[in-house]
Amino acid sequence: MLLGAWEILGRDINPVFGSYPSAIAEAFWQLARTGKLWTALLDSLRPFLLGYGLAIVVGIPIGLVIGRFRTVEAAIGIYITAGYAMPLVALVPLLVLWLGLGFAVKVAIVFLMSVFPICINTWLGVTAVPKALIEVGKSFVAPDAVILRRIILPATLPYIMAGIRLAVGRAVVAMVIAEFFTSISGLGAVIITSANNFDTATMFVPIVILMVMAIGLNYLIGAVERWVAPWQAEIAGREE
Amino acid sequence: MGEVALYDISKRFTLRIDGAVHTVQALSRVSFKVHDGEIVALIGPSGCGKTTVLRIAMGLETASGGKVAVDGREVRGCGHDRGMVFQFAELLPWLTALQNVMFGLEMKGMRGAELRATATRYLELVGLSDSLNRRPHQLSGGMKQRVGIARALAIDPKVLLMDEPFGALDAQTRETMQAELLELHARTRKTILFVTHDLDEAVLIADRIVVMKHGMVQEIMTVPLSRPRPDLGIVRGTPDFAETRYRVWKALHEPAATLH
Repeated sequence: MLLGAWEILGRDINPVFGSYPSAIAEAFWQLARTGKLWTALLDSLRPFLLGYGLAIVVGIPIGLVIGRFRTVEAAIGIYITAGYAMPLVALVPLLVLWLGLGFAVKVAIVFLMSVFPICINTWLGVTAVPKALIEVGKSFVAPDAVILRRIILPATLPYIMAGIRLAVGRAVVAMVIAEFFTSISGLGAVIITSANNFDTATMFVPIVILMVMAIGLNYLIGAVERWVAPWQAEIAGREE
Repeated sequence: MGEVALYDISKRFTLRIDGAVHTVQALSRVSFKVHDGEIVALIGPSGCGKTTVLRIAMGLETASGGKVAVDGREVRGCGHDRGMVFQFAELLPWLTALQNVMFGLEMKGMRGAELRATATRYLELVGLSDSLNRRPHQLSGGMKQRVGIARALAIDPKVLLMDEPFGALDAQTRETMQAELLELHARTRKTILFVTHDLDEAVLIADRIVVMKHGMVQEIMTVPLSRPRPDLGIVRGTPDFAETRYRVWKALHEPAATLH
């Protein structure tokens, strides 16, 4: 429906100001055939996956520790909250000064955009773990580290996975920002160059691809969630 | 051996209500012993501090004064000499019944083939050999509590501490579980301290009953029913049961004893 309306109404608009699905599909075909699209996608994916992966690996343990220990929360909690609201775009020039224009700065931007939602969600998840489950650990004389890893971590998994999902969108946006403002490359470059050439249909191709990618990743994360936390879906009282 | 002794346990909480700080004397000079192999029931109205006594005995809470000793040795914090059965079982929902029991054993340092075998044995003991690989949400309330009991028993503690273990179960399941607990006790001769607010349960299961009120021990009475008690239905019909039940009931309804 939406696509149909866009197709019909879009045709009446000047191709500089707008586009429509079949024109975008054609542009997609052009880009795909020349192989430009795939190299761009690969260029984008490498810093994206590394930055996003790092955000997961770093964000979860920090969130766990902040949530578990009040002293740590008091010490660094506000920085995490502030970091989440940080206008990263404004800091890009500074990051470029530190890390140059290449691969590293892109990873850093993706990382900085996605680490905070993961960290904050993990943190909130830990504070929601029932005290009774922690007392089970204590009753059996489990050391703190074991309670953290074997009780708090699994109990927090649904929150962590929600954070990881929320971070997907931010990571995708971060990736494009990185490609706009550092060395122009990847899908972001395709967007910029086609926009500069007033080739609006081509500009939409990477945008659509990015959105599809986000949906795909989200789906993948859902599958991972069902794999690492199969009990969760069974407990949840969702209507079919 | 497995003797628990509580000496002069007191507990004060500070509460902040509407900005004012209140000190609540939750427990005052609670002293009693649970002898080796004995079952003692802690009974009293809600808020009387019976669960707090149990939690202090377990080491989940610290007393403001007094001490807890197991076999004459003063204990601080939790230990494998005491096994806790929680009111709502509190199984780890991501683990199967078997893994839940194994968790406790692992914390005691058990590894390898012995670990699995021991956990299986204890689940068999509580009649769950068919449900080893079920997760808690696939178990009924009674089954969950059986796993909770198996988990606590498996570490072979000197004392089993039970916090209203059957309080959340329906009447029928509760009766079954009470009979099973007695059977388990006959086989293992574990020392058991359990908290309940159920008069019948206290009399049916315990050797002695500690009646608590307002954070104090009101009375300690001996249940004159012999062991074993294989048929609790018959026990219920005896004059001794009725008489003891009445005595406990009266103790619960008498005005609270004052601190001397």
